[in-house]
Amino acid sequence: MHDVYNFVSGPLVWVSFIIFFGGCLYRLISMAVLAKKKDVFVYEYMSFKYGLRSIFHWIIPFGTVKWRKNPILTIVTFTFHICLILVPIFLCAHVILWKESWDIGWWYFSDTTADILTGIVIACCVFFLIRRIVLPEVKYLTSVSDYVILAMVAAPFITGFWTYHQWPGCKITGIVHIIAGEIMLAAIPFTRLIHMVYFPFTRGYMGSEFGAVRNAKDW
Amino acid sequence: MAEPAMKQSDETGEIFDKGIDKGLARLTPEKIEQVINKVLSAETGARLKTYVNTCVHCGLCSEACHYYLSHDNDPKFSPAGKVKQTIWEILKKKGKVDHKFLKKAAEIAYTECNLCRRCAMYCPFGIDIAYLISVMRRICHMLGVTPLYMQDTAHSHSATLNQMWVKEDEWIDSLFWQEEEAQDEMPDLRIPIEKEGAEIFYSVIAPEPKFRAQLIYQAAVIFNVAGVDFTMPATPGWDNSDQCMFSGDYEMMGRLKKAHFETAMRLKVKRIVMGECGHAFRSVYDVGNRWLAWKMPPIPVTHAVEFYYELLKQGKIKITKKYDKPVTLQDPCNISRGRGLHEKARYVVNALCEEFIDMQPNREHNYCCCAGGGVINTGPPYKMKRIDGNRVKAEQLFAAKARGAKVVIAPCHNCHGGIEDINHHYGLDMELHFLGDIIYKIMEKPA
Ligand code: HEM
Ligand code: HEM
Ligand code: SF4
Ligand code: SF4
Ligand code: SF4
Repeated sequence: MHDVYNFVSGPLVWVSFIIFFGGCLYRLISMAVLAKKKDVFVYEYMSFKYGLRSIFHWIIPFGTVKWRKNPILTIVTFTFHICLILVPIFLCAHVILWKESWDIGWWYFSDTTADILTGIVIACCVFFLIRRIVLPEVKYLTSVSDYVILAMVAAPFITGFWTYHQWPGCKITGIVHIIAGEIMLAAIPFTRLIHMVYFPFTRGYMGSEFGAVRNAKDW
Repeated sequence: MAEPAMKQSDETGEIFDKGIDKGLARLTPEKIEQVINKVLSAETGARLKTYVNTCVHCGLCSEACHYYLSHDNDPKFSPAGKVKQTIWEILKKKGKVDHKFLKKAAEIAYTECNLCRRCAMYCPFGIDIAYLISVMRRICHMLGVTPLYMQDTAHSHSATLNQMWVKEDEWIDSLFWQEEEAQDEMPDLRIPIEKEGAEIFYSVIAPEPKFRAQLIYQAAVIFNVAGVDFTMPATPGWDNSDQCMFSGDYEMMGRLKKAHFETAMRLKVKRIVMGECGHAFRSVYDVGNRWLAWKMPPIPVTHAVEFYYELLKQGKIKITKKYDKPVTLQDPCNISRGRGLHEKARYVVNALCEEFIDMQPNREHNYCCCAGGGVINTGPPYKMKRIDGNRVKAEQLFAAKARGAKVVIAPCHNCHGGIEDINHHYGLDMELHFLGDIIYKIMEKPA
């Protein structure tokens, strides 16, 4: 058991971080190179000012007509994404791990806060799942991969939660948690989770076209 | 454009279109696969790939689309839903798709999306669905599977450089004829043809000389009263319209824009002013120029709405008495989302009319008329589909009417055609005008 734990919390962490950062970098560069080759005008029209203007509106809750028209979804998706990113970074258990291996540390959430935020992320995943099953326009677009992606994102939170509460089998879930976290990280560059990396570019490009060429808003 | 709807479908609702059906009959599976992959590899790249990889299948773009809303939220008509039935499938099957698939894909691409870009303002990622649907159209064009009526206009473009098979002498005759007519009203009026060095090249779409010559008359009166130094060419290149941009024939689109710009250069004008047309503006200002590697058009291009704004603002035309019927305004996508002219349009409408009642939603967020993107040019077989596809426009107009609006101003030819059909079908009973109609009617003219 200890060997397994040491392996997944040692070398595999390295592997997943390398895949995550390397993969994202690779996807970014290959997009940029392909654009240079095949859609070179994208570089011409991309505008720093108008691109940022659009991105700015879209990352503000209720900053766009769309967000205002769907208040519940807006609250859920912003909460989800904010917690999703903050929890693993500022989790006490994670910060301790950084401290132990690298002797670096930073501020962290209290355990109770982290626990609540984790619960929120899980609840948001359930919301997305229900939405996917119930809303016809989402269901129509759904394939198995969408459920897999959602499960991959939910898994580290569910297993981490389980382990923290020391529920039955927490030794196993502890290991499963780490693996789940690693899978999620490694999956980001190679699934639709790449939307995290591409968002500034797709939104920024549309914002540039609308702002600089068409003199219009895109929010 | 308001031809009667013919029986062109069977009891299952399948619509027959000679262009699409005959085009398909000529294709073998090998040919289909080869052409699709050629388009994908030669003409698409980072944009297609990034859009398809980024889309999280969240469905948030759905409510942007008037087709989706008008079909009681049927997901098959949502923007991403239409991409799923076309581009996603093609990528998944690597081009190995059958005739049945292609027929549906062609119908979706040409008759269920106006390329109006409203959905780009509702997708959080700004995924350009209109671009993805255009890729589907391009594939259809390369396969020779295009709607008959639209292809006819594209043929006209390639044979005559105008959309309506107008011959060179007919064009010149139309201008002389309108000049003569207008001289009854204003004896020293001129429509200067081929005047080198004029300030402005006034360009129109071919349906104007063909069906709506009075628009040329009105424009001539407005320009003459305002003392505008303008000219119109005697040669091909006068037409600014472009169905090739919509059929997917980009080579031909390039030829059309080249002829248009070169005509302006030959006449040594300072800028092109265009009549009240949305798609033509998109072609000259935004799409066609890019095919020719001009980041922005090589010569300034002004849409009529902006030009009227200038004339009114500078006091070059004066109003005798404001138009007294309450009006509402259709913001054409191609000049609101496409050029941000909605505020100028409002200035013009308020300057001309006593009472202006805005539609909801409006400005960039206005619904497309459902005629644009070449959809109206697919002709009678798809007419009812187009009208059914924009029930929300009828509802939007009914709401404006309930608040008192009696007249719809639509400063775009396609919007005009689309709204005219909606007006009749849904029994709206509203009057429909161009801005030019109203200016002509109420402006001060020399006695
Ligand atoms: C990459 C390797 C990872 C390692 C080695 C790791 C390790 C740990 C450890 C040791 C705990 C503490 C369990 C306990 O309290 O007994 C924990 C908890 C947790 N981890 Fe991770 N983790 C990893 C990745 C991730 C990722 C990627 C996420 C989420 C995106 C994540 C989310 C959580 C959560 C939500 C908790 C529980 C918080 C709570 O309920 O208090 N972890 N993790
Ligand atoms: C920081 C940059 C990111 C941005 C701007 C972003 C943006 C978005 C947006 C706009 C949506 C669609 C709205 C929705 O369905 O809620 C979405 C959905 C989603 N995002 Fe992100 N995201 C980011 C990062 C991430 C990360 C790091 C993950 C997980 C690793 C993630 C996981 C998801 C999931 C699972 C969904 C889809 C939920 C569903 O099934 O409908 N996102 N994201
Ligand atoms: S018609 Fe307009 S809103 Fe609908 S899918 Fe096409 S571009 Fe998007
Ligand atoms: S196109 Fe945009 S809004 Fe529509 S499903 Fe894809 S990501 Fe969601
Ligand atoms: S016809 Fe009018 S409303 Fe419709 S796409 Fe063109 S500009 Fe838009």
